[in-house]
Amino acid sequence: MILRALWMLLLPLLLLPGVARGQDAPLGEIIARFANVEKFDQTEALVRELGATGDPGVRPVLEALAEGNLYVRKVDNAIFIVPGSGKVLKLIDPLTGEEADEASSSALKKVRVNNGLRRLIRDVLSTLTLGAKSAEARMAAADTMFANPDPAMIEALDAAIEAESDPAVKLRMERARAAAVVLSDLPESDKIAAIELLGSLGDRSVLSLLATVEANADGDLQRAAADAIAEIRSVLAAWDAAQNVWFGISLGSVLLLAAIGLAITFGVMGVINMAHGEMVMVGAYTTFVVQGAVHAFAPALQEWSLAFALPLAFLVAGAIGVAIERGIIRFLYGRPLETLLATWGVSLVLQQAVRMIFGPSNREVGNPSWMSGSFEIGQMVITWNRLWIVAFSLGVFVLLLFVFNRTSWGLHMRAVTQNRRMASSMGIRTPWVDAFTFGLGSGIAGIAGVALSQVGNVSPNLGQSYIIDSFMVVVFGGVGNLWGTLLGAFSLGIANKFLEPYAGAVLGKIIVLVLIILFIQKRPRGLFALKGRAVEA
Amino acid sequence: MSSSLFGGGLDRRILGLLAILTSAAVLVPVLNLAVPPTSSFHIPTYAVALLGKYLCYAMLALSLDLVWGYCGILSLGHGAFFALGGYAMGMYLMRQIGTRGVYGHPVLPDFMVFLNWKELPWYWYGFDQFWFAALMVMLVPGLLAFAFGWLAFRSRVTGVYLSIITQAMTYALLLAFFRNDMGFGGNNGLTDFKDILGFSLQAPTTRAALFSISALMLAIAVIVTAVLVSSKYGKLMIAVRDAESRTRFLGWRPENIKLFAFTVSAVMAGIAGALYVPQVGIINPSEFAPANSIEIVIWTAVGGRGTILGPVIGAVAVNWGKSWFTAAIPELWLFALGGLFIAVTLLLPKGIVGTWDAWRAARRARRSAGKGTSQVEPPVAEGTTARTTRHSIEPQPAE
Repeated sequence: MILRALWMLLLPLLLLPGVARGQDAPLGEIIARFANVEKFDQTEALVRELGATGDPGVRPVLEALAEGNLYVRKVDNAIFIVPGSGKVLKLIDPLTGEEADEASSSALKKVRVNNGLRRLIRDVLSTLTLGAKSAEARMAAADTMFANPDPAMIEALDAAIEAESDPAVKLRMERARAAAVVLSDLPESDKIAAIELLGSLGDRSVLSLLATVEANADGDLQRAAADAIAEIRSVLAAWDAAQNVWFGISLGSVLLLAAIGLAITFGVMGVINMAHGEMVMVGAYTTFVVQGAVHAFAPALQEWSLAFALPLAFLVAGAIGVAIERGIIRFLYGRPLETLLATWGVSLVLQQAVRMIFGPSNREVGNPSWMSGSFEIGQMVITWNRLWIVAFSLGVFVLLLFVFNRTSWGLHMRAVTQNRRMASSMGIRTPWVDAFTFGLGSGIAGIAGVALSQVGNVSPNLGQSYIIDSFMVVVFGGVGNLWGTLLGAFSLGIANKFLEPYAGAVLGKIIVLVLIILFIQKRPRGLFALKGRAVEA
Repeated sequence: MSSSLFGGGLDRRILGLLAILTSAAVLVPVLNLAVPPTSSFHIPTYAVALLGKYLCYAMLALSLDLVWGYCGILSLGHGAFFALGGYAMGMYLMRQIGTRGVYGHPVLPDFMVFLNWKELPWYWYGFDQFWFAALMVMLVPGLLAFAFGWLAFRSRVTGVYLSIITQAMTYALLLAFFRNDMGFGGNNGLTDFKDILGFSLQAPTTRAALFSISALMLAIAVIVTAVLVSSKYGKLMIAVRDAESRTRFLGWRPENIKLFAFTVSAVMAGIAGALYVPQVGIINPSEFAPANSIEIVIWTAVGGRGTILGPVIGAVAVNWGKSWFTAAIPELWLFALGGLFIAVTLLLPKGIVGTWDAWRAARRARRSAGKGTSQVEPPVAEGTTARTTRHSIEPQPAE
């Protein structure tokens, strides 16, 4: 123990370049002694001794030992690392890491290990890395020690904390030390200080540790542990809430993309486009096709295939939308319920057509590298693709606000929304506005499909899975104002995600649906309803 | 013209339909059971079950026609009432299995034993009695429709909004019934039925009897609908459909009229579901799927809404087409169905029956014009025909 304390103190020095190399000779000697071990406690002593050298060169030996790859050659008692299995085995020199010889398995004897040894080896290895050069390795070592706190490591940690210059790594080390202190037989005041530190850091993983302390200790210590647990719980609850809000925003942004086109067509033309979900699907399949084409013809541009898919999806879905409007909806003018049925027919046809062209199975669209992976804020995990989609949907929203409020097309659309006959009398060509609106709404659904292809699979049923939620957004938000859709989408998204942990995903969704049905009673035309005489028509 | 719309109650056409239904109720079982299989008049048992299924669909379409065709409420959630009625009947049939289930539990249905449930949930009590199940078949859909309608109509949710929230209602029920812990068999639903009122469901005689009962119940539903729509209440329903605000200003309460029609219609749909389940032998949550409910609308639309005959013809025709398509060229069925939606709304908004009526009225008008007895009548007749159909979906501005 004292020996270990000593080398721990010396560790930073030992790891300085050049100094560590000087240890080569004794290292070989210690390793050679593995040939004579007969009992596990002898092996244990050797492992500790190896650790005490503080030489990074012992790492391969210890790792091999933990994995059961360390062997003794029977003829000359030499020690080798033997990866793999079979009749003829490669022998690797434990110090140089070079292939030394070959031997049959019968000529070798394994150095046996048990779980206790493996644990010891892991601890020794992590303490070794506490002095590693890269901050990441040091942090990983501190985290390993935190996950398996051991009072024997306190001195090593003290030394490492002393030498540490990176504040983030230092914090992790202090956390690991505190966890070890709690389990040690140090005086109570030290333990209470450690518990307070753990409590203030608010991490889920110390809860069980603190719970054992609370159960076994009494007096101040128990009280301190209880306080720390309460503190951690409240911090965690806040982070959970934040994470749920984020999930909700992420779901809401998807709903916003899917619903906003629907809201525009419903607002301007008073018709519900049941084929809207299929426009989303068409957009997603466009992405799939574009990705395939880019892969085939211009692999260098692979990262940017979404940039091609986006306008193309808008155009394809928009063109289909205009075709539906010109071909069908125009003739059903003033009959919203029949339009609903006809567009449902269109949606069936589109679904089946896609199913026949691309097959009924899911298609996968890859993420570009700048959209994959995730990062952490505190205890929340945020994936890049979700973040991009939130940003993208807000961008689309702002763009639409601009089109609505600052362009003449937008002016016409708003006029027709408010009073079709009056707008028509003022010289606005309402049929053109209708076709444009329908094309715009469908086009936005198409780019929603591009976004959705990044978070899920692309299948012929893609649209169906979002369409009812989109209806709910429109019904909840009302059609008087784009802000209604934004508010509707985000409140539905967040409500859904908040109910999920308590009620489960399905029940949560049911509750939201029932709440909307009840909400409709209070405000039959949504949050932002149009006011005025034209409404009661 | 269109005497089925305005009064007359049981006119000649409806009497004809009733005659066909009652004779089918007698003839089909006879041809199935008494005529030897070698005879060309023999109807195989599978065909009896298929026809019985069509009749249940016809009844469902008729119930939708009552609210949509006559009252202007496009419900996209009528499948929910049908399925609820079906579940009530399914629960009775489940209880009848008794110890013959896989696990042989005397009280608990198989899926509850499988889920390790110890006792029957309270809402399963009483379903071992047929009278109770029969009552629930009507009561559960009726109460749901009453509660839903009371909330929706009172706050004047109309048009597309109403359609969407009825769809949300059936979607919510779909999700709910998919859950295992609801106690309705989850994903698999209720199946493996053995017998009904002591008669084996596999026996051809039981199947024939179920067919007859379906035909007779459909006949009763036709009579009820015909009497209802030709009564004063029926006229009010049509008034609400054509001009809701105007009806309100005349002192009527459109919400009560709609609520009554909606509830009656839901009960009818529930009965159709209850007749359907023993004949197909299964009820599962997919019956709640919004797509199913929209399909009901197309049956009604094809036959002609606002007529008694139309939904019956439409349901049988479309489902016969579906059976044929899904057997012959399954991949084209959705194209056909989608095309049907588009074609009917664009080209045949009055459906088969409505178009036939209009064509006959026009011919009669032409003939009388040819005789020179009246120069004025034809335009009037045409105008009225157009009015009754067009106004049903175009709400009138408040004047």
